[in-house]
Amino acid sequence: MADLSIDMCGIKSPNPFWLASAPPSNGGEQVMRAFDAGWGGVVWKTIGAPVVNVSSRFGALDYAGRKVAGFTNIELISDRSVEVNLREITAVKKRYPNNALVVSLMVETREQWRDLIRRVEDTGADGLELNFGCPHGMCERGMGSTVGQEPALLQEITSWAKEFAKTPVLVKLTPNVSDILDPGVAAVRGGADGLSLINTIKSIIGVDLDSLVPLPRVGGQSTNGGYCGPAVKPIALHMVGALARDPRTQVPLSGIGGISNWRDAAEFIALGCTSVQVCTAVMHYGYRIVEDMIEGLSNYLDDKGMKSVAELRGRAVPQFREWGELNLNYNVVAKIDASKCIGCQLCYTACLDGAHQCIHVSERPCHAWHGEPDHAQNARLEANAAVLHQHTGATHVRVPVIDERECIGCNLCALVCPVDGCIEMVEVPTDKPYESWNDRVSRG
Amino acid sequence: MIKLPLYGDAASGAARLETRLPDAKPLYDRGEAITEAERCLYCHDAPCVKACPTEIDVPTFIKKIASDNVLGAARTIMSQNVLGYSCARVCPVEVLCVGACVYTDWHREPIQIGKLQRYATEAALAREESGKGRVFTARARGPHTRRVALVGAGPASLACAAALALEGHEAVVFERKALPGGLNSTGVAPYKLHLSDSLREIEYVRSLGVDIELGAELGEGTSASTLLDSFDAVFLGLGLGADSKLGIEGEDGPGVLGATAFIEKLKLEEGFTLGALSRAIVVGGGNTALDVARELAQLGVASVTMVYRRSASQMSGYAHELHLARSEGVALIDEAVPLAVVRGERGEVQALRVRRPDGEIELACDGIFLAIGQSKLRAVASQFAGVALDGRGCVLVDPTTRRTGNARVYAGGDCVNGGREVVNAVADGREAAREMMRVWALETRS
Repeated sequence: MADLSIDMCGIKSPNPFWLASAPPSNGGEQVMRAFDAGWGGVVWKTIGAPVVNVSSRFGALDYAGRKVAGFTNIELISDRSVEVNLREITAVKKRYPNNALVVSLMVETREQWRDLIRRVEDTGADGLELNFGCPHGMCERGMGSTVGQEPALLQEITSWAKEFAKTPVLVKLTPNVSDILDPGVAAVRGGADGLSLINTIKSIIGVDLDSLVPLPRVGGQSTNGGYCGPAVKPIALHMVGALARDPRTQVPLSGIGGISNWRDAAEFIALGCTSVQVCTAVMHYGYRIVEDMIEGLSNYLDDKGMKSVAELRGRAVPQFREWGELNLNYNVVAKIDASKCIGCQLCYTACLDGAHQCIHVSERPCHAWHGEPDHAQNARLEANAAVLHQHTGATHVRVPVIDERECIGCNLCALVCPVDGCIEMVEVPTDKPYESWNDRVSRG
Repeated sequence: MIKLPLYGDAASGAARLETRLPDAKPLYDRGEAITEAERCLYCHDAPCVKACPTEIDVPTFIKKIASDNVLGAARTIMSQNVLGYSCARVCPVEVLCVGACVYTDWHREPIQIGKLQRYATEAALAREESGKGRVFTARARGPHTRRVALVGAGPASLACAAALALEGHEAVVFERKALPGGLNSTGVAPYKLHLSDSLREIEYVRSLGVDIELGAELGEGTSASTLLDSFDAVFLGLGLGADSKLGIEGEDGPGVLGATAFIEKLKLEEGFTLGALSRAIVVGGGNTALDVARELAQLGVASVTMVYRRSASQMSGYAHELHLARSEGVALIDEAVPLAVVRGERGEVQALRVRRPDGEIELACDGIFLAIGQSKLRAVASQFAGVALDGRGCVLVDPTTRRTGNARVYAGGDCVNGGREVVNAVADGREAAREMMRVWALETRS
């Protein structure tokens, strides 16, 4: 069985699965239950400046009958006193010495940072995470994402923290920036030992069409919240990947954003993360999901012949390239397995209206261009007679036909096909050499 | 309770036996409907549409339910099938739209199209009743308006009349009974559709401007020639006549009842009961026989046995209905030809004597229900010059236009097809209306 233990800039954890700083890590009783369930580490919900919370404070985006594809909150940092939090952190760390316990912090002035860091480190906590990411409420008071969006300020506060801290300092980044490298580089220059990302995305989760109040409602009003959950994973993966491949940000990364299972976690680790942090999936299903995360990641590593999770780390980074470096001579075409096709013809409609008109159904005359590949929009104007595409072989009459000469290999049909393995994208052999756009430009 | 001005309390009478039989497929709530609607793949050129005799655009209305556009869903349904509400509940969807769902071939649960259609159309009817807005607004009458008489107020005539009324034509339906709706009101199994549900839908049809004259028997004051004189066209939606008889000894007398006559009593007659009936025999192998058998079993008759003259595999009733009947405790004796009804000294039914391949036996019983077909109403159709009947007594029409041998007389529903589904009758009525309007448009142009 693969070794799942990690060392995240000096913070040791039995596995890479941490609870993110959020409601699931709000108090000692919760955190101990999380450790009992198997979570390797916890980033304690942010403590610091005094706050008052509102009701209600969460909202969700449902999609196609599934609940919570995306999630939002307008909750602030811990609304329990610093004293209570510190007392519980001390007690939990004593009882769970082998789990990683990182404390998220958010205050304003240099003096406040110094005092809080010293008091937190007195608890025995393993590390600190500076919350420069919260995009609602706290940012209006000059903290959270306001810091994360201003590289100079971020660098300065990070350097204060490094000056006062004895334990490792992680900086949690906001995705509400035009280029994640700007705050990332600033944090590393400020001395950050590691980076955590992404925090939530500034958002409005929806509008109640009866009351015409945005969601979540606080009486007859609402405000922008922080968006997270499965739907944000692609954004988080990109930002993690961008930092992982940049030589200026070569510090351990803790990936956050829509991680719901071991597969999501493995993707983040393959793109360079050392630990991963989870919130929404736990808020949806509870701490128990970690059992499958540990087992699934372990089985995956075993199947791939990797002895430890460290072997997976960053393995996808070299394959993450600029568009201009991609091979223009690589080509795939779609193939339909008629024995699996159920005849829904979603691929036909998708290709006809949403792609390149390369899929045909035999029951109706096809007016698409059938000459040399030519995807001009005015093909219909050409004097081409309608063609009745015939099936080869005795297949189900509703199985569509792909014209491989016209197929440009976009994947759309395979993406919309409801049947697993029915449409596959097959590589077309070529004797042309690897040639990228950049190659062409440099050749002139 | 819905107010039904035409028929007083007929629909609310709790003393009617059918009210003891609840919906077999209860109404979806919003969450259930959306969850089911989201399962729909939204097929291109969908097989479910092709399987529907009225070609309802099923994927489109289902997607509208998924987006909470319930009124739009109802419009999609009712633009093709004005009786989309009753069809949602009485259609044998297992052999029509649901049977064609691509999920079936994929060995997955097909989409519950009937339940979704009920969800949308029932919401639309409720909206109409509450005065919140119309599903469709009928075109105003004017110089283009034509007048059409429709004979019989069953689904075929109602669909034809509604299609005409929506386009601003005058449609007058003549019904000999005291209640409109034909079999939707008098013959559909209660666990599919209650009388009040049928009348509710008919109120919607009336609200489009359709006139329904009840107790109007053709021949008494209204004859074929007066209809042809005073209307631009006539539609015959006659339905079928009385239950057929076996023609065997002992058949006439108490304890032997025709199937549709029995169902009508069950649905309409205040105070009708099954008495002490405990061992019932239903003769026949069609869907009406299955309906009666299931109704008796559901009403608590201890022993219900279907008797069919040929082998079970030759039954015309749907396999899924037979399966449900059996699960409700109905027994089937096939290859049993009825020979005589055995009666006791007081004339009470004691048994049905049948011939089986291995000899004659007597099946003890205290009630017999005959579901072996219905007679054809030859006399009414024959009053119209040019209208011809086939050998079975069914009205002959052009299958595309639904026009009879008389250019101004159209026909549809059971009187043409000998007894099929409500949805087939609706398709006939709608197509006849479209053909009438096409002909009128051509006349106006020339």
